Amino acid sequence: MSYKIEEQKVFNSGHSACPGCSEALALRFILNTLGSDTIAVVPPSCIAIISGPQPLSSMRIPVYQTTLEASAASAAGIKRALVSKGNHHTSVVAIAGDGGTYDIGFQALSGAAERGEDIIYICLDNEGYMNTGSQKSSATPSLAYTTSTPAGKLTPKKNVAEIMAAHKIPYMATATTGYPDDLARKVARAKEIKGGLRFIVVLTPCIDGWGIADKAGPRTSRLAVESGVFPLYEVENGENYTLNHGPSGISVADYVSGQKRFRHLSVGEVDLIQKEVDRNWERLEVKFCSEA
Amino acid sequence: MSAAVNRLLLSGNHAVSYAVKLARPNVIPVYPITPQTPILERITEFQSDGELAAEVITMESEHSAMAAAITASLTGVRVFTATASQGLLLMHEMLHYAAGARAPIVMANVNRTLGSPWGFWPDQTDSLAQRDCGWIQYYCENGQESHDTTLQAFRVAEEVLLPAMVIHEAFYVSHAMEAIELVSQEQVDRYLPPFDPPHRLDPRIGESWGNTVSQIMFQNHRRDMSEAMDRALEAAKLADRQLQRLVGRGHGIMERYRCEGAEFVIATMGSMTGTARDAVDELREEGLPVGLLKIKLFRPFPLEDVREALAGIPKVMVLDRNFSPGLGGILFQELKAALYGMDGAPQIHGYLAGVGGTNISPAAIKEMVCSAMTEKPTANSVWKG
Ligand code: SF4
Repeated sequence: MSYKIEEQKVFNSGHSACPGCSEALALRFILNTLGSDTIAVVPPSCIAIISGPQPLSSMRIPVYQTTLEASAASAAGIKRALVSKGNHHTSVVAIAGDGGTYDIGFQALSGAAERGEDIIYICLDNEGYMNTGSQKSSATPSLAYTTSTPAGKLTPKKNVAEIMAAHKIPYMATATTGYPDDLARKVARAKEIKGGLRFIVVLTPCIDGWGIADKAGPRTSRLAVESGVFPLYEVENGENYTLNHGPSGISVADYVSGQKRFRHLSVGEVDLIQKEVDRNWERLEVKFCSEA
Repeated sequence: MSAAVNRLLLSGNHAVSYAVKLARPNVIPVYPITPQTPILERITEFQSDGELAAEVITMESEHSAMAAAITASLTGVRVFTATASQGLLLMHEMLHYAAGARAPIVMANVNRTLGSPWGFWPDQTDSLAQRDCGWIQYYCENGQESHDTTLQAFRVAEEVLLPAMVIHEAFYVSHAMEAIELVSQEQVDRYLPPFDPPHRLDPRIGESWGNTVSQIMFQNHRRDMSEAMDRALEAAKLADRQLQRLVGRGHGIMERYRCEGAEFVIATMGSMTGTARDAVDELREEGLPVGLLKIKLFRPFPLEDVREALAGIPKVMVLDRNFSPGLGGILFQELKAALYGMDGAPQIHGYLAGVGGTNISPAAIKEMVCSAMTEKPTANSVWKG
């Protein structure tokens, strides 16, 4: 399932992301796919910094920077105003981080999903509050070190993909920058579906917060998929599950060994994570089976 | 003009709903809260009956309602919402964002006590606590004024690009029925042309809002807001005069009632003005030279007008149905500040009257006047009622 990403030059070079940042990469794929007839909403996050200080902008589309809680509501306001003016063609996208999605922005996201707001919502998930220096969010995985969980996070990652699918929105997908054509195809699908909230959670390894090399983002995100930590799939209307890339025999140990945030783990702890990942996959796998 | 007078028996809240329908807003994000809810109910009825062609968004919180109102406004359309009390407080963060983004949203706020403890009564602390958010604030005395002021607020907000709040009190105004004279659609269409700003969120224009700025850019931005507030004062006066020309009814941004030759002036805002008016009439009948100053436009504060109105008055008594713990009555403090340094400035008595919605009768106000006439004023507010 390959998908060609046309370079639309909607995202400029010279932005202020850390070198090697997966979020910048994701933004490029997302904006190229959405094209210039788009208005974006961005809450405080690395994306907000990447988008640039006034009067500069790395994005060649109108961007409204809202508050941390309000991305989905802000996007809905734009879409409804466009509709009231008879403009049904402009895409409205909210691009938020995991803190602004899983945590503080979740109420607005859930509300917009329930109301069937005609917007695209993309969560760039780097599994923590990386813009404030790597603190725990509810997207942080079990046992990962952050500056607010110095002994490792004691609870598992919130499963936002399944929570959003349970809203019975027309489209929910997981994606990552290690699979750019899969990501772009999903963004294109989200753009093509009209009506209802389309949600994509994109795993975007953070150079700084995860403690990986500048060039390791894509490889790390591929390992997340291949180890079953972050399977790539789509769900339409909360029911039709399609698997794109599932686990392929890579162990969790292989995935975590390259990341400083897991380096304090004992063999037993890695094994605990492996069991959690296996259980999650078993629960998810049946949903694909029942569709076949 | 030739338009037939359309008089209906309406609550203060429904008087606002009718004004909103007449203003033809495009987007209305709302969340229910007592005692605002009848405003939104009537609006949703208008919309479902096809009398109002607006996108009504039934939000999941007031915070989101204001968030959606801001972006809809920045997309270049007319926006209305309504709230009260805790809902206004939940919006607080977004109120700053709205003003900072220069989004001319009009919002009705129904003054209600703030928790805790829980209460539903008229008390202005909810909106007065938002006085530094950069919103224009109008305090209305009755439903008629709320109806007319809602229309004026759209005009002023869209002219100076600042959001505006039209405020009236819980139950005394929000739920009390009155004969309301509606402005006709034809008159409103003449008074309020469609909002079509050159700057808006539009891919063909490509402008963005809200990015990070330098210190100096932030300061300049605040100065621009300050200039807009100055212009709002003039715009509010003009909007009132123009509506008066159209419908023969004006309310001013401030009202001086029986102040000719007055040696004592009662100053207040909101529904208590009506009660004070009765007290003034009775006191005048008894031969006492008492007048009334109603502050209607609270932000921008009509500093010069207030100084002029109170020049040469020996004594002023401020009635505050609001309370700032550790300071007292908010209008009292604002008036003291407004009169600071004025030659022969009046003595000012600050009375906390009607806080929490307690009923203040004309007789009680007359008693307060009599005691203030003989007492020396204190720097702190005094609890009454
Ligand atoms: S902190 Fe992480 S997510 Fe943020 S810009 Fe740097 S690498 Fe990207």
